[in-house]
Amino acid sequence: MGKHILFEHINIPGIENFSIYRKNGGYASVEKALKMTADQVIEEVKESGLRGRGGAGFPTGLKWSFLDRKSEKPRYLVCNADESEPGTFKDRYLMEKIPHLLIEGMITSSYALGAKTSFIYVRGEYMYVIRILEKAIQEAYDNGFLGKNILGSDFSHDLYVQPGGGAYICGEETALLESLEGKRGNPRLKPPFPAIAGLYACPTVVNNVESIAAVVPIINMTADKYNDMGIGKSTGTKIISASGHINKPGVYEIELGLPVEEFIYSDEYCGGIWKGRKLKAVVAGGSSVPILPAELILKNAKGEPRLMTYESLAEGGFVSGTMLGSGGFIVMDETTCIVRNTWTYARFYHHESCGQCSPCREGTGWMEKVLHRIEHGNGRMEDIDLLVDVAKKIEGNTICPLGDAAAWPVASAIRHFREEFEYHVRYPEKVKNPKHFELEPMVSYQVSVNS
Amino acid sequence: MEIKFSEETLNLVNKIIKRYPEGRQKSALLPVLHLAQAEFDGWLSSPVMDYVASLLNIKPIEVYEVATFYSMFNTEPVGKCLIEVCQTGPCWLRGADDIVEHLERKLNIKVGETSADGVFTLKTVECLGSCGTAPMLQCGADYYENLTTEKVDMLIEKLKTSGQRNTYMKSNRQEI
Repeated sequence: MGKHILFEHINIPGIENFSIYRKNGGYASVEKALKMTADQVIEEVKESGLRGRGGAGFPTGLKWSFLDRKSEKPRYLVCNADESEPGTFKDRYLMEKIPHLLIEGMITSSYALGAKTSFIYVRGEYMYVIRILEKAIQEAYDNGFLGKNILGSDFSHDLYVQPGGGAYICGEETALLESLEGKRGNPRLKPPFPAIAGLYACPTVVNNVESIAAVVPIINMTADKYNDMGIGKSTGTKIISASGHINKPGVYEIELGLPVEEFIYSDEYCGGIWKGRKLKAVVAGGSSVPILPAELILKNAKGEPRLMTYESLAEGGFVSGTMLGSGGFIVMDETTCIVRNTWTYARFYHHESCGQCSPCREGTGWMEKVLHRIEHGNGRMEDIDLLVDVAKKIEGNTICPLGDAAAWPVASAIRHFREEFEYHVRYPEKVKNPKHFELEPMVSYQVSVNS
Repeated sequence: MEIKFSEETLNLVNKIIKRYPEGRQKSALLPVLHLAQAEFDGWLSSPVMDYVASLLNIKPIEVYEVATFYSMFNTEPVGKCLIEVCQTGPCWLRGADDIVEHLERKLNIKVGETSADGVFTLKTVECLGSCGTAPMLQCGADYYENLTTEKVDMLIEKLKTSGQRNTYMKSNRQEI
């Protein structure tokens, strides 16, 4: 069984309460950090190799070191708990089960960054999680871990929870800051980056829930020990949320480097494909990352086994690889219609586009419409290349990465499953039934055209 | 009818405003809109939005543009039970389409409509972060997960009997 450092105590009854969390070693990282200088804490996080767990994988310590500490303005730490990437539900689980881990991470990180105030921005739909966090925050205040002069030190800190209003785009850090300022979630032009001018134009660090939680074990066990886990530049553990056609959907903390095949088939994790069916495809890191067919997710194009690391999943670039992303691992069995699957995501991105940039606002709508007509038996053969063309014209041409995130799933689905799109155009009568592939799995079609 | 928060809510609003630096009270807009929607019949009418603007000392347009941007804010009236079924990829893989179809038949309305008695409004929404417990729906503050058509039937009956307005701010969980 892999080592758990975030979820080590998650199954202890009552761990959501301060007293039980504390009894199990909770808040030790605050005590330890307060005896260190802020720079030492930042250095430790840098040394750990921790990479942003929200999806981008940018080194957390490096992000911290960009914070403008010369400015006279107050500094802020903002936790991104807007978890909205389809396939991702790990932060919700962490906050719900062990809220004090996040709060402890917020305090330790805020000390390092010199932030007197911090916010946890939680997607509005997780209102019940907000209640859990608010209760835990109150307990932290009552026990002297928040408020004035924490544990008698000269570090004072206030922590608040802010609800969102239901907008995927607010997971983009500058859109999140706009939203926190009470505005529409329109991403900002960068530079300036939040580290220079973030919340209220003050120096700000925005980190994902899991990244902030990971600061706790890093400080407790030291960067060296954290570094021992994982492979190469993928250090430590990652929380994976597994969904789709598997026997055991759920949230799993894995040590980075676990073989993908083991993750899918081992009873310790996903427990294999449901209903005794075959694996068809996987979206490994949340809906934005390229979809891969079974043969390319289990092994890379060179035939080497793929591992759950940033590097191994990306091996082969976008031609034959994907990304670890947020760790939203969506598994599809042989009966899945890739066209319909792609259409649901195109609809999602169209719905969630903030509308600022024309390529994204218009392009996502066109992709949704064209995919809709192919899926419903009204497609034309040239629609397939039209989709590739639209995706290309969105990618890289927008203020924020939502455009890329909308383009990649479409482009990769056509790259790896073009014959399915063609099948839809060729046999419109067959695909008019929305369950067409459950009745006649695509696999058998592939066999018959190849023979 | 005069639009005014209860004493209790007003106190909460003032407490929320104090979280932010002076002059940044607009930051309270999303939390206050959630409170307003819960207190004023589940939706944000123009007079309600104007009232929120006056409380935060901002222009009404600053409230309208935000209320219309975020999917959780209703700018039209909705039924007492707003049923929001997730339809994004992972839920679709586990049968969300069947749940939507079943609800349409059961409630005798289409997605986007409100039942004649004003109790149910049916809506499809995008990913609610419940992919591992799909298919699912949200009603007010409560997530109902690992759904089957039988569970949906039970839920609808119980919500009907409860007669309460469901809001994002307060759980009205029914055991199914």
